[in-house]
Amino acid sequence: MFDQIIQFLATGLSIGSTYALVGLGFAIIYNASGVVNFAQGEFVMLGAMSAVGLLGAGVPYPLALLVAIVIVTLVGFSLNKFAIEPARGASVVATIIITIGASIFLRGAALLIWGKDIFSMPAFTGDEPIQIGAATVVPQNLWIMGITVGLVIGVRYFFDKTLIGKAILACSCNKTAAGLVGINVKLMLLTSYGLSAAIGAVAGLLIAPIAFTSFDAGTMLGLKGFSAAILGGMGSSMGAVAGGLVLGVLESLGAGLISSGYKDAMAFVIILAVLFFKPSGLFGFKSVDRV
Amino acid sequence: MSRLKGFYVYAAAVALLPILFPDNYFVTVVGATILLNVILAVGLNLFIGYAGQISLGHAAFFGIGAYSSAVLTTRFELNAWLAMLVGLGLVYVVANLVARPILKLKGHYLAMATLGFGIIVNIILVQESSWSGGPDGLGDIPTLSLFGFEIDTDLRWYGTIAFFSLAAILVSLNIIDSRSGRELRAVHGSEFAAQMMGVDTVRTRTNVFVLSAMFASLAGSLFAHQQAFVSPESFGFGFSIEIVTMVVLGGMASTFGAVFGAIVLTLLPETLVVFEDYEMLIFGGILMGGMIFMPQGLFVFLTQKIRALLHRRSAPSQKSQDAQKTLECDS
Repeated sequence: MFDQIIQFLATGLSIGSTYALVGLGFAIIYNASGVVNFAQGEFVMLGAMSAVGLLGAGVPYPLALLVAIVIVTLVGFSLNKFAIEPARGASVVATIIITIGASIFLRGAALLIWGKDIFSMPAFTGDEPIQIGAATVVPQNLWIMGITVGLVIGVRYFFDKTLIGKAILACSCNKTAAGLVGINVKLMLLTSYGLSAAIGAVAGLLIAPIAFTSFDAGTMLGLKGFSAAILGGMGSSMGAVAGGLVLGVLESLGAGLISSGYKDAMAFVIILAVLFFKPSGLFGFKSVDRV
Repeated sequence: MSRLKGFYVYAAAVALLPILFPDNYFVTVVGATILLNVILAVGLNLFIGYAGQISLGHAAFFGIGAYSSAVLTTRFELNAWLAMLVGLGLVYVVANLVARPILKLKGHYLAMATLGFGIIVNIILVQESSWSGGPDGLGDIPTLSLFGFEIDTDLRWYGTIAFFSLAAILVSLNIIDSRSGRELRAVHGSEFAAQMMGVDTVRTRTNVFVLSAMFASLAGSLFAHQQAFVSPESFGFGFSIEIVTMVVLGGMASTFGAVFGAIVLTLLPETLVVFEDYEMLIFGGILMGGMIFMPQGLFVFLTQKIRALLHRRSAPSQKSQDAQKTLECDS
């Protein structure tokens, strides 16, 4: 029983890591522009599908991954340029519909390019299972956790220490004031969309070898990522990461110990329960209404 | 009765169409689907458009209504109309139960909670196959009949759904112009100010949520009997989004905007079928483009344009429109 739980924890942490990355993407865009990007899951799908497509075309493995990330980053730039920027000042509901439109559009594009087939991607470094204590993991699980930790530290450093990162934070606090001190607000928004898309693509590349990918693989992952971001408190990047890990672990434990059929429902039951007691997420600040 | 002028024109059009084109696929089949979606959109518009809330899980109530009718009539051979009432009662209870914790939330948190609720209900429909039929769904649902008169042709179904659809619009129009409608709009404008004026905002929001859920349940029951088959696919996240899109694309806080949105969003996939593989791409593109260029909604946009054309002189200047816009953004 105890061994089993360790195993569920290991799987949960690696799935949770991908939720954490998707949630991080949500948080970055939300922080910069106040938009909840429902096309975030599509970045994940596009990353995985581009890589699979490139590998199929004979591109060497590491290069294919790199090019896939670049492609998705460009998609992120275009999303901001052609969909979010022209709609400035639109209501929350309107921006939700715009990003949902974008996600359907991207799914439609993927359907045209790759068809309805389900693809699998070879793992980064083989499929030989490794025994760690009581848990058995494949090397890809370790890659997922390792790269997630690296990326999270990187993003933290980027926002805390670099000038561009601080400039993006400044834009999220007050766009007008940021513009007045000489920050190029448009460029910062563009950067944050690109960054968020790139993180989404990495999540897609990490998870593709252990879960199959297809043109509609992004939807559920996107919703789980949104749950992670909400669980952590919308707008808190590190909250989103913690939220993702918590969701992944609880989902894996729930699926293993309670019912595997309800695995996908688990995340949403948890989120409803948390919101019931803490309406602004685990690490969110209590919002104050200004009258 | 100038207040209901629009309603009479619309009702006349709904009644005339099948008389003029009794065998037209787009009137009797697609038309019936449109009228069904009108019930859903008009109901959700009360919650989103007028009360200023958001629900990304409304397909769940549509599903609960449909499955109540399907399960009760096939497994327990209950009278179809009674089953419909049981469905409405069930949705009344469920909506009241979830309203309490969910409606405390605002903005994105509310979106998340309703979304989660919708997905949980959908997964229950898939998993509890002993009574729901699981992913394969439930078939052989008997058709509705009224005093021995079977509703079994496309044209009769059109008539039946049209009746409920028009009733839904009438109820919605009357609510908006009633005391509770004014309370709703007050909550939308400023919840705090509404409270100060003595509006019980929690009760107002709960009531409108429950009412719009019951509209969806009614539509669900009709859908189950019309299709004679239900499966969880029809009640998923995608359909919740579709209903919200009808409301928003048509034009929020306008009953006929919601009607218009339901018409456009039901016709669109039917016409896009000719583009085959490009269908999804074009649909997503239209959704994005529509919201980017007409954030106030298609119906409101068009009526404003027509009005501006008719009274070019008396139309409000660009400046005052902009001023109004900023006011709306602030609220």
